[in-house]
Amino acid sequence: MKGWKPSPPFLLLLPAIIVLAAVVVVPLLLSLYSSFTPFRLTRPETFWVFIGARNYINIFTNRDFWAAFARTVVLLTVALNLEMLIGLGLALLVEKASRGQRLLRTIMMFPMMFSPILVGFQFKFMFNDNIGLVNNALQALGLTDRAIPWLIDGNLAFIAILTAEIWSSTSVFAILILAGLLAMPREPLEAARVDGCTPWQTFRYVTWPFIMPFAFIAMTIRSLDVARAYDIVKIMTDGGPAGRTELVWTLVARTAYSDAKMGLANAMAYFSILLSIGFTVYFYRKLAAARTQIAAEW
Amino acid sequence: MDQNSIHRVRRQALSIAHGVTLFLAMLVICLPGIWIVLSSLRPTVEIMAKPPVWIPQELSVDAYIAMFSGVGKGGIPVLDYFRNSLIISVTSTVIAIVIGMAGGYAFARYRFRAKSAMFLGLMLTRTVPGIALSLPLFFVYARLGIIDTHFGLILVYVALNVPFTVWLIDGFFRQVPKDLAEAAQIDGCTRWQAFWQVEFPLAGPGIASAGIFAFLTSWNEFALASQLTRSINSKTLPVGLLDYTSEFTIDWRGMCALAVVMIIPALTLTFIVQKHLVGGLTSGAVKG
Repeated sequence: MKGWKPSPPFLLLLPAIIVLAAVVVVPLLLSLYSSFTPFRLTRPETFWVFIGARNYINIFTNRDFWAAFARTVVLLTVALNLEMLIGLGLALLVEKASRGQRLLRTIMMFPMMFSPILVGFQFKFMFNDNIGLVNNALQALGLTDRAIPWLIDGNLAFIAILTAEIWSSTSVFAILILAGLLAMPREPLEAARVDGCTPWQTFRYVTWPFIMPFAFIAMTIRSLDVARAYDIVKIMTDGGPAGRTELVWTLVARTAYSDAKMGLANAMAYFSILLSIGFTVYFYRKLAAARTQIAAEW
Repeated sequence: MDQNSIHRVRRQALSIAHGVTLFLAMLVICLPGIWIVLSSLRPTVEIMAKPPVWIPQELSVDAYIAMFSGVGKGGIPVLDYFRNSLIISVTSTVIAIVIGMAGGYAFARYRFRAKSAMFLGLMLTRTVPGIALSLPLFFVYARLGIIDTHFGLILVYVALNVPFTVWLIDGFFRQVPKDLAEAAQIDGCTRWQAFWQVEFPLAGPGIASAGIFAFLTSWNEFALASQLTRSINSKTLPVGLLDYTSEFTIDWRGMCALAVVMIIPALTLTFIVQKHLVGGLTSGAVKG
């Protein structure tokens, strides 16, 4: 026997580390390098030319990029907050239901089974100005007499995308918060009621602290996957009209594949990665704080 | 009116309001899906009709027949895409769950150096947007010659799902009190037995839900699959859906039909495991 014996947690984590290093870390180092080159798909030899931070300087002076960046942050903030609120509401509604809870849970999971690309198609179909369900319904109800150009007007398209995004992701929150509600011990609730708490107080001071970690797990899961909005936008508007719904990710894809400017696209991609990391770190800290609070109180 | 009946009326009103809200919420969730299924069964003329036809006049499965009748008849090779999707999703889910269980258990039960930094590090690998990752992966895969293979996509999806399953499974193992496994060990179980016979069954629902999440992620992934697949060797359904738009202008009915085909396996799977999903979490020893 040799002197050093690997600890059990290290051994348990080793497979995860190996896979992630091979598939994520190494390729990312490669793309980090290529973000310092003028690499173009059409000219492979440019991969070996080093131009320093010129791509990054380009980005800093690029208005389109900052517009897309700001739009992405706005979309994520609005969408995540609304998803959280609606998800919490849904979970509470379902938990209260006396009958058919299993059926309700299944229905609630429904949007999660839709691939983002399907969500995009489906809402593109429904928001279609000519044959879409939304316009048809509005016209049939007499709320409007002309076709609303949902996906053609910049602001309306943004709302349409937001709707699709919220529809597809609220269930993640609802399901995890519901799991939290069902896992909650009954005694504190009963104790609160015996002590004369109003329903609001019971929710605010007993239920909410308990389900908070679950809510933050949901938040973090979502923030891990924020870039799936790419699929939705790609299908619904492809960044149009005239770049009014362009997000960071569609801009990266356009720069990389349509304009073939790989180096520049990789530099942009690093900004989008930083954005995702920012969101995740933020929620992770919240989650950790919520967990320690629970550990202290229960 | 005495206080009792006021209370009763209020209670009834609340319960009706609850029912109505619940119904409306479920309607909003279901409507897009129902609309897709309905549209896949209606003739194109009816979908395009102005003013709209609300009540379907005739239903047919022509779209499905056209879709499954192969490339020659103007369909796309849906069966091949379906098989690819299934193989890739199931394999990557199983592998990700095994790796994730090991990792999640390590995080939930052991103390070690740089634990939270390591956890965060794992998560951060998942935050990389697919489109940002697709680019360097394409080079690496081209060098290794595993573009357009099942193996290549399975590898990516495992990596995509591992952080996620570690995260979920860690959370669910934390819900299982440590004392239970310790009690089992005092009663003569090995650590391994204590894990399989006490902790694993209790964390089962969580592991099942992690499995569903992983499966759905693989089944639905588009950004990476669209770059790393080329032909019917490995193209998955989401990429196949895009085929539809490029070959025909936009065939709404056909796409609705393919959408239904894509959803059915996910729906079935979720339905099978969902009874383990949330319910069992509080049952048994955790409560007592």
